Amino acid sequence: MQLIPCPWCGPREETEFHYGGQAHVPHPEDPAALDDEQWARYVFFRDNPKGPFAERWAHTAGCRRWFNAVRDTASHAFLSVYPVGAPNPLGDGSRQGQEAGA
Amino acid sequence: MTRDARALPDHPDFLWRNADPKPSYDVVIVGGGGHGLATAYYLARNHGITNIAVLEKGWLAGGNMARNTTIIRSNYLWDESSGIYEHSLKLWETLAEELDHPILFSQRGVLNLAHNLQDVRDSKRRVYANQLNGIDAEWLEPDEVAKVCPIVNVSPDVRHPVHGATYQPRAGIAKHDYVAWGFARRADAYGIDLIQNCEVTGIDVSGGRVTGVRTTRGRIAAGKVALAAAGHTSVLAAMVGLRLPLQSHPLQALVSELLEPVHPTVVMSNAVHVYVSQAHKGELVMGAGIDSYNGYGQRGAFHIIERQMAAALELFPVFARAHLLRTWAGIVDTTPDASPIVGRTPIEDLYLNCGWGTGGFKATTGAGWAFAHTVATGEPHPTNAPFTLDRFTTGALVDEHGAAAVAH
Repeated sequence: MQLIPCPWCGPREETEFHYGGQAHVPHPEDPAALDDEQWARYVFFRDNPKGPFAERWAHTAGCRRWFNAVRDTASHAFLSVYPVGAPNPLGDGSRQGQEAGA
Repeated sequence: MTRDARALPDHPDFLWRNADPKPSYDVVIVGGGGHGLATAYYLARNHGITNIAVLEKGWLAGGNMARNTTIIRSNYLWDESSGIYEHSLKLWETLAEELDHPILFSQRGVLNLAHNLQDVRDSKRRVYANQLNGIDAEWLEPDEVAKVCPIVNVSPDVRHPVHGATYQPRAGIAKHDYVAWGFARRADAYGIDLIQNCEVTGIDVSGGRVTGVRTTRGRIAAGKVALAAAGHTSVLAAMVGLRLPLQSHPLQALVSELLEPVHPTVVMSNAVHVYVSQAHKGELVMGAGIDSYNGYGQRGAFHIIERQMAAALELFPVFARAHLLRTWAGIVDTTPDASPIVGRTPIEDLYLNCGWGTGGFKATTGAGWAFAHTVATGEPHPTNAPFTLDRFTTGALVDEHGAAAVAH
């Protein structure tokens, strides 16, 4: 079983955690102004890179706090963890890794 | 000349040529799994297009085609799904004759168990919907479940008691390798090039139209490019800046040692994330739910298997002494509505067949048929017309989370 380094509790077993998908997806500032295409992008479209991915995790069976992590989706290895609100170590949160390299 | 008695025997006849890439094809299919091979076959059979290459980065049918639990059924809820899955099932019923190749399709039926009142309501609704669509489906009470599959524990004093099940008698299993080899053999006979160890590293687009692919074995020009790469579709689409509503997850399965025939049908349980059949050879084949996180690693976490085995043992106490032989994972591309995406893209002559998530094997035939039609004519077949990329914008989703049987 994989150990996940909770920024507050230290390394704990994977079963204590809940996955939250891609991190750094901001809620639209003016939702009423979005057209259908933009809503679809916000609701349904997420990055899906093979490689480093900034994502959300919650330590549900521990401190119950959310945090962000960069994890390599090819090896499943955690590369870093950081608090919610800290900048994305991979740079601009949108479309990370997808269009650029991959 | 006499043959050296110590020499190895000659290799039996190969089922297909191991082709080298030519500089150009009318259609390049990316992905040499079941869907890619079926698409190639139906392009030739139904549309007379044979100047085709199927590019496979590894070996033919070595991805999800080699990793699925081979369940074939069509008991989905919505009319759109009934259309494509029932068309697939009808094609399965004649596929061995069609390909003149054994595929060991065994229509032993499938039970989808209901474990609580809401399951019962949802299951009955699905049965009625299936019946309205001409699909064989019936509702079974617990005692009838026990008649179809005597080894299921239908006693009321378990954590997830069996309150009944939907039953589709025409459902079943097939031998996944034989299916792939059958399609490959017939595609090869049409002159289609099946090219292994050929990974696509780039897709060339000029003036909004696809012109070819770059690969580890050189550039290949293409009139049309058809993606059938399952879990790696996002990686390919990103090469042309196309973002898709897909998330790739590991999906695990396992087999036991070989046992005498004990399990006469296929049993699926949505609530406890386990589905079980017994392969022709004798091993119990069980699938789990997906691992929660995105992953391309073709392996998953052990606790998923542990939970799946616990559920399996409660449902089938007789399995308690069976030994686990092997576990593995494939990479499944899930969509927000648990339905596939089959059709055109914003890029001219680039086509998509993806998003089959945890249930693509059963659709090998129908997806190949519909995708071939789409690629050949530029227009969707009636069976894949609802499964556009646009539906995530228009809102015309086809929500099959209930019938998909594995949580996405």
